Amino acid sequence: MHHVVLDRWSHGESALHRRDARAKTIAVLIFLVALATAQRAFLPLSVCDLGILAATIIAAGLPLGAALKRAAVVLPFTAVFAAISLAAGEPMRAATLVGKSYLSALAVLVLVSTTPLPELLGGLERTGVPRYLLMVAQFLYRYLFVISEEAQHMRAALQAKSGTLRRAVWDRGKFAAAGGALGVLFARSYAHADDIHQAMLARGFQGHFLTLSGRSFRRADVFFVAGALVIVAGTRAAVEAWI
Amino acid sequence: MHIPDGFLATPVWATLDVAAAPAVGYLARRAQQGLEQSKVPLLGVMGAFVFAAQMINFPVGMGTSGHLVGAALLAYTLGPAAAGVVLTAILAVQALVFQDGGILALGANIINMGVAGMLAGYLPYALWGAGRWRRQTIFLGGFLSVLTSAVLALSELMISGVAMPAAVLRISLGLFVVSALLEGAITLAIMQALASINPDFVRQPRSGGGRALGFIGLTAIFLVVAGVAIASAYPDGIQKLADATGIASQAKTLLRTPLADYELGTLHSVWLRKAGAGLAGLGLIYGACMLCGKLLARQRGA
Amino acid sequence: MQPLVEVRDLRFQYDDGTVALDGVDFQLFAGETVAVLGANGSGKTTFVLHLNGLLMGQGSVRVCGVPVRPNTLAQVRQKVGLVFQDSDNQLFMPTVLEDVAFGPLNLGLEREQARTRALDALAAVGMAHASGKAPYHLSAGEKKRVAIAGILAMNPEILVLDEPTTFLDPPGQNALVELLDELPQAKILVTHDVDCARALASRAVFFERGKIAGEGTVPEVVARFNWDRISLHRQAGSRL
Repeated sequence: MHHVVLDRWSHGESALHRRDARAKTIAVLIFLVALATAQRAFLPLSVCDLGILAATIIAAGLPLGAALKRAAVVLPFTAVFAAISLAAGEPMRAATLVGKSYLSALAVLVLVSTTPLPELLGGLERTGVPRYLLMVAQFLYRYLFVISEEAQHMRAALQAKSGTLRRAVWDRGKFAAAGGALGVLFARSYAHADDIHQAMLARGFQGHFLTLSGRSFRRADVFFVAGALVIVAGTRAAVEAWI
Repeated sequence: MHIPDGFLATPVWATLDVAAAPAVGYLARRAQQGLEQSKVPLLGVMGAFVFAAQMINFPVGMGTSGHLVGAALLAYTLGPAAAGVVLTAILAVQALVFQDGGILALGANIINMGVAGMLAGYLPYALWGAGRWRRQTIFLGGFLSVLTSAVLALSELMISGVAMPAAVLRISLGLFVVSALLEGAITLAIMQALASINPDFVRQPRSGGGRALGFIGLTAIFLVVAGVAIASAYPDGIQKLADATGIASQAKTLLRTPLADYELGTLHSVWLRKAGAGLAGLGLIYGACMLCGKLLARQRGA
Repeated sequence: MQPLVEVRDLRFQYDDGTVALDGVDFQLFAGETVAVLGANGSGKTTFVLHLNGLLMGQGSVRVCGVPVRPNTLAQVRQKVGLVFQDSDNQLFMPTVLEDVAFGPLNLGLEREQARTRALDALAAVGMAHASGKAPYHLSAGEKKRVAIAGILAMNPEILVLDEPTTFLDPPGQNALVELLDELPQAKILVTHDVDCARALASRAVFFERGKIAGEGTVPEVVARFNWDRISLHRQAGSRL
């Protein structure tokens, strides 16, 4: 599954992996905003930005080709609108759509490939994002694979029961069967949640999640953010001044 | 429809991020109901369920099949506030882990799918879910949740200047209607399955809490429509707003360019007005239904 | 010697009226390991859920002399450590260390103390190297060990394990039995795994329809209630 690969990548050992999650988040946001607001000289800028991201990927010890390929998941959606823009006589718009969406996806990929998601979510804790929401996201991620595995089994069972799914006829029975399967998956998920709650109570849960870590921003993290700002803003200013 | 980064004009994604923050804060506080966090595992696991559920195909014939989107189903089983929190978590994980939807565009996607779409699906249920038309109401809720999210997303794209010739527009709307119908049918199928497994899984339709959130939902929809209409017609207004919120002065020129460089043809503005009117009309209908519902409830209760 | 756990005439009914426990008397003494055997639905799991107050019925349940009541739950839950059958539902925190530290933190320990306790507990089960890992990366056997560490970190007096060898392969089962053998706490093992019971338990109780229908040593109970596995009655190729 996709997120298994990402999870592996995010547990690497490079200097980038060791930076504080918040520092990396800020750096990526700077990049995203600079990219999103760019209008002039977009083509040369996008080449530079691609270079920056590629360099970062290599520095983080991640497989460049695989990363570039993964970010391409955004392209099918973009391609449709780009094609329409081209047909409507707006080639610049088409290029901008492709470039911005791909580079943004790649930047986010760099962030999550160098930071385990639970750390990333934890880093958002004191930024005003509701803690309740962050905890829900933590649990979602924790049980994503567990429930997905159960769904895979159900899908196999459904396929076994109903022959091939490539029949050219609307089959109300199959529709209802799929609904039934999801009903069962829902019930199983609920049961998981009940058991988790019992396990929490059994270990003394009083209604509030308590955290182990107190994170501290180190000097390396400050330099990292400053460096990111300089590189991103500097590149853009340079490209726009030069063109 | 998850909007990636790079599609929305800066005033659009920025406004929606600003709108989404308090909305999500409100939903989180409301879902938490005090300081208790014991429902967190349930919400998290249900989010995982929606993800996993997208693996199950619902055949519609001719080799195509659809899958659950889930906003309405979550609202019917967890209540609208918790559903909003779960959907936000889902959208965040989708954007981060699967690069499905942008990060700057997250506010837009949350408003479209987690707030407006979810509430559009919940409102009919809160009003009519307990009556004779329960099954049709559930279908309608699923239908409206997807249609509302999709139309909002499309309007945001168009406001941002993404090219949309008439033919493509009609096809898109057609596809939205089909997906929406599918969601209605899938939601109904699952709700019926749940009823036979354990009726307690599904919430009783309550127009009490629904009213407050319905109001918020409507307001959110109106604000989005209004804000988006203003952004297209009066870019200067947005510029003043940008200054006020302290966005860097370099951005000033940039804010205008997405709209100036790519001319909004007459067709676009006409569609926009129609879409705006359509959404406003929807809003008015909801408002009228809610009022009727309130009056009826008072009559019955009295 | 005072029993660590003392249950007298425990009765419990579910909301729909089904009688799950119909008068159970039970005692557990320090240092002993008791196996709880019985058919599915006979009340074994329901019974152990009363020992830390997850369920509360009529009758008396005392843990280390403390009656299990709504106002003593925190105390009781520190004394009785329950290891659930499905480790995935028990390891719910994002990393191993955070999960094992969950108990100590909820007992009121400071962060640093909780962290140290957690690391010590992980070392005791041989999983200290995995402290930064996410639970789903672990094998079933490793998850079970971490779950046990999570309980040990609370310094309990009694360990209750619900079907601990399910999901484990034979090497995993052996490793688990070895680990449990080394732990000094009194233990209650709810299990279908007769070999595991034989290896660890000095005595067994047999549940039938919500009551304890018999007790004795593990071989005695197994023989009396015909509780042996298929393999001992049937040789490959032969017929009953």
